[in-house]
Amino acid sequence: MLDRAGDPAASPPADTEAEARPVAFRGAGFAPRAGRYSGWIALVLVLGLWQLAGSAGWVNPLFLPPPSAIALAIWKLALSGALWNHVSASVVRIGAGWILGTMAGLVVGFAIGLSSLARGVGITFISALFPIPKIALLPLLILWLGIGEEPKIATIALGVFFSTAISVYSGVDAVPRNLIRMAQSFGVPFASIVRRVIWPGALPSILAGFRITASVALLLVVSAEMIGAEFGIGAFVLQAGNLMQTDQLLAGVVMLSLFGLAVGKLINLLETRLLHWR
Amino acid sequence: MVSQMDLIADHISHRFGALEVLDDVSFTVRSGEVVAIVGPSGCGKSTLLSILGGLLQPSAGRAESRGAPAPDSRNPLTFVFQDFALLPWCTVAENVEFPLLHCALTPCERRAVVDDALRRTSLSDFRAAYPRQLSGGMRQRVGIARALAVRPAILLMDEPLSALDSQTRELLMEDFVGLLADGSMGAVYVTHNLEEAVRIADRIVVLSRRPGRIREVVTIPLTRSERGNIHARERLLALQSELWSLIREQAAEAEREVQHA
Repeated sequence: MLDRAGDPAASPPADTEAEARPVAFRGAGFAPRAGRYSGWIALVLVLGLWQLAGSAGWVNPLFLPPPSAIALAIWKLALSGALWNHVSASVVRIGAGWILGTMAGLVVGFAIGLSSLARGVGITFISALFPIPKIALLPLLILWLGIGEEPKIATIALGVFFSTAISVYSGVDAVPRNLIRMAQSFGVPFASIVRRVIWPGALPSILAGFRITASVALLLVVSAEMIGAEFGIGAFVLQAGNLMQTDQLLAGVVMLSLFGLAVGKLINLLETRLLHWR
Repeated sequence: MVSQMDLIADHISHRFGALEVLDDVSFTVRSGEVVAIVGPSGCGKSTLLSILGGLLQPSAGRAESRGAPAPDSRNPLTFVFQDFALLPWCTVAENVEFPLLHCALTPCERRAVVDDALRRTSLSDFRAAYPRQLSGGMRQRVGIARALAVRPAILLMDEPLSALDSQTRELLMEDFVGLLADGSMGAVYVTHNLEEAVRIADRIVVLSRRPGRIREVVTIPLTRSERGNIHARERLLALQSELWSLIREQAAEAEREVQHA
């Protein structure tokens, strides 16, 4: 027979002589959470201060034009159509280079992740070539491919390729081996294991790689356009700098920032859609 | 038609590099029989199970099957894993369906098989849940449902309850006993828990410490249906204590070896 306590509220007799003290709470902190509006408020405050500094003459507008001047420059560029010419040229280069580099990176990354031969050969080459700043290859690529769009797209593709290949084979390596063994234990064919186990398992790493390659592509397009292009945000920023048109220079920088933000949002959307199970 | 398939460990030895793990292990799991494998930590129990299930090539000897599984068996040797091995991006129903996707079944037939497996494991209400939304016990139920869906001849269970709390273990053990009661499936049950072994097994293979050799094969002198009553429990406890005395010394030595490693 179980010996049950009669009154659940009953507690052992307290020592009435000693004074009871509350236990001090020690678990606070180490759990940062961004407030819903704090980022926007900070942004507005910084822009306001910046505007005030420009309007009050605390800062020479030639060195740091106020936000209103930058907005006006963007508006004028949009009206003249120059903004579209520059932005579209950059977007086409980034898009073509990123897609080419990503496709090649996915193929090579999966090959390295799945085949011993590809791993032996591929990792050696990737380790040797990955650290090279890809923009240093642009002159060589111009020699090989001419002075048109091809060398710029190839530079971006090269930069994207290495980061993608690394994130893909790291993602494949990170797929829990127990899941692969489970699939093998049910006699699931190789192609099906790749499609249903390895691909979804590697996807978080691949998407994280996309985030990196998007910024690599942006960096390389600006660099390549600064070296040799008539149109493109990089060329526009360089030209504005040479002419001391700092409002236009910063207008180009704002466009780059907006482009980066848009790509980030797109990848967030992809993650929400494809990694909803996390 | 029921399965008439035996699983044979034929002089199996295995080494990982210089480390000898198994040495000349031979035994037969007869059709419908449940054989538990016990032994000290690191004696090669899980390695032996991987070899029996075709996931590891032994250094010497071989695993063989004799006879034929039931005609509707889609994966005669089926594992139930200690860590459940569920695909986190698939729902419960999709996890159970996973091994059926490459079988020659229509979507309707697949759905019927999945529904049946979920019903047998009381998971019908959780078919749309993801593994992260389930408790450990429920996750292992999904692992069992997935195994049942392919109608195995022999279940290969690698410490299936060791990652669970004691109450869930008790509940799942009752489920295992129920599932194996009609003898339509055999099982190899690897465990370090002697209580589980004497409750579920018809025979217990006791392995020595590394390299694992068969020290003893103990036959449980009670049918599985007889093990519920109080007198049987006493006999099982005595048996458990006998088994413990068999492996106690070696378990302690294995523990010391791990500490010094």
